[in-house]
Amino acid sequence: MGYNRNSTHEPVLRVDNVSKIYTMGEVKVEALRHVSADFYEGELVVLLGTSGSGKSTLLNIIGGLDVPSKGRMYFRSKEMTAVTEDELTVYRRESIGFVFQFYNLISSLTALENVQLVTEISSNPMSAQEALTLVSLGDRMNHFPSQLSGGEQQRVAIARAVAKRPELLLCDEPTGALDYETGKLVLEVIRKVNQELGTTTLVITHNVSIAAMADRVIHMRSGEITEIERNARKLSPSELSW
Amino acid sequence: MKQLNRKLLRELLRMKGQMIAVAAVVACGISVFVSMSSVEYSLRTTKDRYYSDYRFADVFMQAKRAPEAMLESVRNIRGVAAVRSRIVADVTLDVPGLNEPASGRLVSMPDRKRPVLNDVFLREGRYIEAGHPEEVIASETFMDANGLQIGDRVGAVINGRWKELVIVGKGLSPEYIYEVQPGAFFPDNRRFGVFWMSRKALESALDMTSAFNDLSLTLAHGASEKDVIRRLDDMFRRYGSLGAYGRSEQLSDRFISDEIKQAGMQITVLPTIFLGVAVFLLNIVLKRLVTTQRDQIAVMKAMGYTNEEVGLHYLGFAMVPVVIGAVAGTAIGAWLGLGLTGVYEGFYHFAELIYYFRFEEVALSVLLSAGAALVGSLSAVSHAVSLPPAEAMRPEAPVVYKAGFLDRKEFQKKVPVSIRIIIRNLERRRWKAALSVLMIAFAVAILIAGRYSYDAINHLILVEFNEKHREDLTVIFNESRPRSLQYELSSLEGVLEQEFYREEPARLVYQHRSRRQSITGLKTADGLKRLVDAHNRQMKLPEKGLLLSTTLANVLGVSPGDTMTVEFLQGKRRTVKVPVGGTIDELLGLSAYMRIENLDLLTHEAGIVTAAYLRVDDAESEKLFADFKEMPGVAGTSMLKAMQESFEELIAQSTTTSTVILTTFASILAFAVVYNGARISLSERARELSSLRVLGLTRREIAIILLGEQAILTAIAIPVGFLIGIGLSVLLALGLSSELYRMPVVFSSFNFVFALIVIVVVAVFSGLMVHFRLNRLDLIAVLKTRE
Repeated sequence: MGYNRNSTHEPVLRVDNVSKIYTMGEVKVEALRHVSADFYEGELVVLLGTSGSGKSTLLNIIGGLDVPSKGRMYFRSKEMTAVTEDELTVYRRESIGFVFQFYNLISSLTALENVQLVTEISSNPMSAQEALTLVSLGDRMNHFPSQLSGGEQQRVAIARAVAKRPELLLCDEPTGALDYETGKLVLEVIRKVNQELGTTTLVITHNVSIAAMADRVIHMRSGEITEIERNARKLSPSELSW
Repeated sequence: MKQLNRKLLRELLRMKGQMIAVAAVVACGISVFVSMSSVEYSLRTTKDRYYSDYRFADVFMQAKRAPEAMLESVRNIRGVAAVRSRIVADVTLDVPGLNEPASGRLVSMPDRKRPVLNDVFLREGRYIEAGHPEEVIASETFMDANGLQIGDRVGAVINGRWKELVIVGKGLSPEYIYEVQPGAFFPDNRRFGVFWMSRKALESALDMTSAFNDLSLTLAHGASEKDVIRRLDDMFRRYGSLGAYGRSEQLSDRFISDEIKQAGMQITVLPTIFLGVAVFLLNIVLKRLVTTQRDQIAVMKAMGYTNEEVGLHYLGFAMVPVVIGAVAGTAIGAWLGLGLTGVYEGFYHFAELIYYFRFEEVALSVLLSAGAALVGSLSAVSHAVSLPPAEAMRPEAPVVYKAGFLDRKEFQKKVPVSIRIIIRNLERRRWKAALSVLMIAFAVAILIAGRYSYDAINHLILVEFNEKHREDLTVIFNESRPRSLQYELSSLEGVLEQEFYREEPARLVYQHRSRRQSITGLKTADGLKRLVDAHNRQMKLPEKGLLLSTTLANVLGVSPGDTMTVEFLQGKRRTVKVPVGGTIDELLGLSAYMRIENLDLLTHEAGIVTAAYLRVDDAESEKLFADFKEMPGVAGTSMLKAMQESFEELIAQSTTTSTVILTTFASILAFAVVYNGARISLSERARELSSLRVLGLTRREIAIILLGEQAILTAIAIPVGFLIGIGLSVLLALGLSSELYRMPVVFSSFNFVFALIVIVVVAVFSGLMVHFRLNRLDLIAVLKTRE
């Protein structure tokens, strides 16, 4: 499908005036302040900000891992801030794919088994092999995480996230723990998934260069959205450099 | 859930040391539970079946001589179902191959075999034949102890006449499951046996035609034992009744019933401790697991796994080792139970002691261990469940350390950093440290309690066989004899010292409580028989009145100074008021002592004796024993040393077994707690310890930091364990004590030394195992991983 719709369409996900306040020990941290944003079918959005800008918090709320202190979030016009814990689990299980900075693979399971962990519980998954082939790891399926390089581990994590055919792919600093070349390789995989599967993709990064591969870039600072810009021309990850 | 199960399995394998420890502790608890509850059930069921198959009576009575015609009136008593009259006589035996005289109890049986109360089970041979008065069925225990075969002959002095008895059968009876001679506590199967013989033969030998001296009966359903006993006592007073009594006073039944009760008690205590420790271990192991897998939990939740799925996954870490432990424990328990049943067979003689292993035991042990797994994993699992996924993605906040009392300046200078790390770590988690101490202390306590019974029985043997008695031999006369008999005894060659005493059957009554109890009339409290209490203190016979054993005084509710009623059951059958002059804390049985001259006065029958203690010259004993075998009026002799030997042999077997088992179990417990404690701290502090290594500390130095903590916990646990062990032993003493015997609360210092050595060895061993892992610590890898 690819990104071919404009902002007049119904968004897949809408964040409406969301705030989040944490209590860390004895300190109160206002991680998000009145954030509003829409995400549309098939687009690739990069959420750009320095550490502490609130981007991870926003991602966690979008992914149903966390709930806002104030404000609302809608997924396909359903208010996710009003649902039960169980419905939130179903939301994550069926609609969301996560990729983490530190891959977070289960070290006691092989690459294939890590992906199967997801395919077993979702209703319309692709096969785990297919998902691993998509990230070009078809030949390393039976390796344990400790036998894989960082880039390979992150690709397993991506395979694991997309195997369920999520409507929303959320990537939290996917290249943060990787070297330059491997990072680009991983971004290429994300682009491929976005393009070939049409999955709405949200990539969090502090790396400004990565923003160039997005349809839209949301800038964040101190828990607030400072700017939303649309890229006139998307670069492919191979064209990026930092 | 397949992949989650795979994760579970692989991670369980990685944690196998800790999981095996948990499984082993559960196995110990479950095996004690299964073995004791199956043994209790087996003994109880075997006893009940034996009683009902061989028609064991409910009420018993001995009299001097009652006319057979009375039987009809007994049948007419309300509540009486079936009645049997017998002739029972205690005689001296001459057994081939035995120097000293043995004593035998002759019990009459119908001339032709028919079902009767207190029937005999024939193991071998045949029933006695009518017209052959010499034929007897001998008790199996006696025959086995003396190596007698069917067809062998035994001499007996019956009513002053020498008779030869021919053994035609080997038998057993529910009346003598615990076969012990009258007045004794411990079996001496070589020198006491029961013989069942023709009623006709006994009638003519004892001049008891159309008469009986022993009555047993069963009660109809719902009948009042008390009422029947009262009626019997009224009816048979004039026939010299010694008072009717129920099963609870029948010696054999009391021993076996007490034993079953004790087995029942042991079902609970040890398994509770072991399962409690398993709960504790699971708790710390799983909590640590959940902490280290915070990010994995977050990932699972982010992927859409439900809280139930995540919770069940972590519950699996508890269930798997516990179920393995329960299965192993059940198997070991069944094996132990079978073995224990064999040990019981040495004391208690059943027609057939069947070991029952029931589904209920398995079901209950599965339930118990599943419960332990649930409780043990509760906090970890609920933590995993309640962990919000976003929260779980963030590293855990560093633990808060505060300056403790050891951080005051005066300490800081003297205490090296490594020790300060240890102390601070213990201080920070006081509860965990305290619980660890408690768990190790339990292991110490089980060691103490395990050897306690060994010490207690040794003390009991010392007091009962050595301190209380200086005689070699007791001669019991089959009826009251004049005191002039002493000249006859003194004239026998080989008698060095003699001391007569008098046993007078009586009923002691105080308020609404009463007790059938012989009163022993003694000349002195420190003769051949010495009145010493449980603590080996010499007691005195009161000038006036009775000296009661503490247990008897408690049963009757009397204290020194109270006046009680004594109804004598023989001779002139007088009823008199007697003051309680004192109590004596005795370990065995119930007793009432008084000066023999006071007893003479109270009964209005002077100069009578019923038995004598003798000290004999070993060199002359053979001749002396031959004389006794032919002496009329001697009902039997008992030899203290022989009783001690047979008792020690039986007890040695069972105490050695239980000490070995408990020592093994306690070692497993100690190992599990110490090893797990050290493994957890290794996991918690791998980063910190690696950093210290990178900074230049040696392996030895970080080992001290890690294992020093466990060493301190163990050192504190040892004295605490001694105290708990003493408490546990006191509980054990209370539980094992009955009216028949009391376990003295005594401890040998070896007991404590032994426990100390076992715990130190176990702690060092588990320390070495963790040290081995510490040496393999991969410094780079540990530092690279995210906390």
